[in-house]
Amino acid sequence: MPTAVLQTPPAPAAAEPVLVVDRLRAYYRTHAFGLDRDIRAVDDISLTVAPGEVYGIAGESSSGKTTLIKTIVGAIRPPLAVVGGSVRFRFGGEIRDIYALTPAELQTIRWRHLSCILQGSMNVLNPVRQIRHSFQDFAFPHMGLKPAAFWQAVRAHLARLDLDPAVLDSYPHQLSGGMRQRTTIALATVCTPEFIVADEPTTALDVIVQRDVLTMLRDIQRRLGSSFLFVTHDMSVHATVSDRVGIVYAGRLVEEAETPTLFRGALHPYTQHLVASLPRIGDTTRRASLPGRPPSLADPPSGCRFHPRCPLAMDVCREKVPALVEAAPRHRVACFAVSGAPS
Amino acid sequence: MFTIVRDLIRYNIEFAVGLFILLLLIAAVVLSFFSPYPAADIYVVPPDLPPDAEFWLGTTSRGQDTFWQLMIGLRNTLGFGVGVAFLSRILSLVVGLTAGYAGGRTDRVLMAINDSVMVIPQFPILVLFYFVLKDDMNWLMLVLILSALGWAYDARLIRSIAMSLRTRPFTTQSVYSGMSMRKILVEEHLPYVMPVVFATTMNNMIWSIGMEITLSVLGFTDVDTPTMGQMIYWANSHSALISGIWWWVAAPVGAIVILFIGLFLLSMSMNEYIDPRSRLNRMGV
Amino acid sequence: MTAYLIFISRRFGQLLLVVFLGISATFFITHMTPVDPVAESITAITNFGKADPEAILLMRKTLTELYGLQGNLFEQYLQFWSRLARGDLGPSLSAFPTPVSQIILRALPWTVGLMISATLISFLLGNTLGALAGYYRNSRLLKLAGLALIGLQPIPYYILAFILLILFGYVWPVLPITGGYEMNADTSFSLTLVLDILRHSILPAMALVMVGAGSWLTGMRALTSNIVTEDYVTFAELGGVGSTRILRSYVVRNALVPQLTGLAMSLGAIFNGTVITEIVFGYPGIGSLLISAVHAGDYSLVLGLASLSIVGVAIAVFLIDILSPLLDPRMKAE
Ligand SMILES: Nc1ncnc2c1ncn2[C@@H]1O[C@H](COP(=O)(O)OP(=O)(O)OP(=O)(O)O)[C@@H](O)[C@H]1O
Ligand code: SF4
Ligand SMILES: [Mg+2]
Repeated sequence: MPTAVLQTPPAPAAAEPVLVVDRLRAYYRTHAFGLDRDIRAVDDISLTVAPGEVYGIAGESSSGKTTLIKTIVGAIRPPLAVVGGSVRFRFGGEIRDIYALTPAELQTIRWRHLSCILQGSMNVLNPVRQIRHSFQDFAFPHMGLKPAAFWQAVRAHLARLDLDPAVLDSYPHQLSGGMRQRTTIALATVCTPEFIVADEPTTALDVIVQRDVLTMLRDIQRRLGSSFLFVTHDMSVHATVSDRVGIVYAGRLVEEAETPTLFRGALHPYTQHLVASLPRIGDTTRRASLPGRPPSLADPPSGCRFHPRCPLAMDVCREKVPALVEAAPRHRVACFAVSGAPS
Repeated sequence: MFTIVRDLIRYNIEFAVGLFILLLLIAAVVLSFFSPYPAADIYVVPPDLPPDAEFWLGTTSRGQDTFWQLMIGLRNTLGFGVGVAFLSRILSLVVGLTAGYAGGRTDRVLMAINDSVMVIPQFPILVLFYFVLKDDMNWLMLVLILSALGWAYDARLIRSIAMSLRTRPFTTQSVYSGMSMRKILVEEHLPYVMPVVFATTMNNMIWSIGMEITLSVLGFTDVDTPTMGQMIYWANSHSALISGIWWWVAAPVGAIVILFIGLFLLSMSMNEYIDPRSRLNRMGV
Repeated sequence: MTAYLIFISRRFGQLLLVVFLGISATFFITHMTPVDPVAESITAITNFGKADPEAILLMRKTLTELYGLQGNLFEQYLQFWSRLARGDLGPSLSAFPTPVSQIILRALPWTVGLMISATLISFLLGNTLGALAGYYRNSRLLKLAGLALIGLQPIPYYILAFILLILFGYVWPVLPITGGYEMNADTSFSLTLVLDILRHSILPAMALVMVGAGSWLTGMRALTSNIVTEDYVTFAELGGVGSTRILRSYVVRNALVPQLTGLAMSLGAIFNGTVITEIVFGYPGIGSLLISAVHAGDYSLVLGLASLSIVGVAIAVFLIDILSPLLDPRMKAE
């Protein structure tokens, strides 16, 4: 298996997208003592990811990044409910609509084609069993190898990622945070999936370990040629990792562009704020912080959800929702100040 | 308080049913004071009559009206449960709050004792008590003994709450303002643990009444205070089932089952009210 | 490993404390009473009609010794312990002079057998159903089964056993309702005897399982519905791990430790239940022995049974307790 990996050719940029998310809406629906409440954590998001592309998602805490990820990988448990839209992957030339698949079909895609690294990875490994069992449960059914060959492949994979194969015989609590995260990444990549989703894979780690893990992820991505959906609130990480970045604000995608474009020429006021607040070497001026608080997703502001905090807000912003439109080639933005107010 | 009860009745069917049963029981207790016959008198009505319009639940072989016996038995049984619950709640509050607040060595010692009381099998001890006390084993004595045995589970629960209260800012504030430990526990912490105390009261009553019934049926309690268990005891000693006086047995057994299910439903719904996680579960579905 | 040894020694300390407190309680209960136990006992036994003066004299001597009426309270207390440590519980008064320990030993296998099998069945049944009900939350069938078992759970052991006795003794008499085996059975070992003993154990075991399973079910169901929201379960689901495997190796495996702790903590109550159920069905174990000892006024037997119950349950709790770290590697490390 590992030798096959090295032969995977890099995908041409213009190929069919591997992921198409279309007008996706997902709410946390609760009804308590006769009171109904919807938290609109993902509200009308559309995006595509090309083969071999690293698509980054950024946004402040509680903006719905994790919910978007959960919805895309089909980890939907009440109170979360998909209210509209679709998620379609293209694996081996075949279109797979995540919400149209039976659980059994979904199971055949997982790990073989689509794997993930979840937020809070500290607790994703079963605390009462040795790590070898996780590899056995997750990867063995998908690799079609005899046990001996399987374990050899696993060990080889660990070695390539500079992990001591002894981790297989450890329990999660015996590993440091960084080790645990690297083990989880090894687990998520051992089957060489075409699409890997990573939600804040470095957030809980200290800076040095963060760099290790990021390097590791980038190496894997180069070697496997997989597509990545990479979530982090940390813009500087996007600057080094992502090919393209989408900015999420209060459950909506407000801007999307290739990374250099986004950092040099952001159009949306919120993105401009995010980019401007990045620390720069030699810069000692204090940055202005965004006024106001993040909006409530249970009762979001009308019109453009950013308007209570937006320095450019106009009357129309309070009433109409700006659509995400192409302001330049491969650069989409949802802001009336950019696209002009509708007549 | 009132709105809590109203919401519980409206959205929690267990609570509504449990409350209904509790009201029935209270009605029975009130009714028992209007019994036309003194509880202990025998041969006041013709014996062995099956249920009919005059004797709703028939009469016993001892010439007593089963219905009135049942009402009086329910009163005594419930009174017993309430008595034990009250005393043992005091014990578990004292131990739980002290251990949780004081922490350290005090906590370790108290909990070691607590855990011991929890696992010591009570039934043989109760029988031993009866064995040495014989006729001195009266209603009050049994209340005291069961209270002494039945506080440990709940003390542990209260302790865990007290431990979390200890770290709250208002506790520190009270300490700095010079309040005594007793005052802090009673005035500041007690209100927080009261809901749990209420919920455990039901469980404690289930346990103590169960024990009382068992001991009475075996004839190991005071025969002068008629309870539910004692009704079964007398029915058994007159071989009521063999001679076909089934109502004599069915009435107390049925009442006991209803009583226990009622108490259990109340405790379940209160626990749910207290534990936000299970409440969220209910809301989320 | 050393952490585990420390854990075991701490649990052992707790075991000693339980035994110490329990046995001291029995001692003081019997010594603080205003009643003269010796006279009481002698009367009770002579009422039985065995008024052999020599035996009575011997009894008085044994009784005085048993009650430790020589010396002050502290000396009596020490003597009590030393006798207990030797396993010498004195002669039975109703079956004089058979040693109490011998009588208890005869009854013990019945109780232990009944208790272990009923506890095992209800633990497995309740936990299995509870895990399923917590994992497949929409199953009607599981909800119904849960409701039935939970409804039985609050009913006192005595009453439930009694209801079964009525149902299977009078309404639908298909099962033996009393004794451990047929009265005039050939007690040499044979298949018929084994089957007969099994048949007699059905109702007592059923009563215990019916009361016990509900609480395991509720506990396990609550644990399961919490554990399924844990990251490691979500991750396994996203990893395409089969649901049976997730339920078994991820959910139940993690819920087992708290459930085992629960088992240890409720062992005293389960023992009570077993003893009480035995009494209803006249099952020849500790419970029935205890009742007949009370009726016969056999002081030494009652005292012996109470002490032994405390020690036995404490040891069982200890054994279950030290099992938990083997299931949870984190506990061993602490
Ligand atoms: N299980 C849940 N039930 C109800 N609301 C939820 C649940 N999980 C998340 N939310 C809400 O949904 C919104 C989006 O949360 P989400 O976790 O997707 O944010 P996020 O962008 O990933 O934030 P972070 O950067 O902190 O990880 C938040 O307002 C959160 O409170
Ligand atoms: S649409 Fe209006 S409020 Fe929203 S970001 Fe643009 S200018 Fe600001
Ligand atoms: Mg998140």
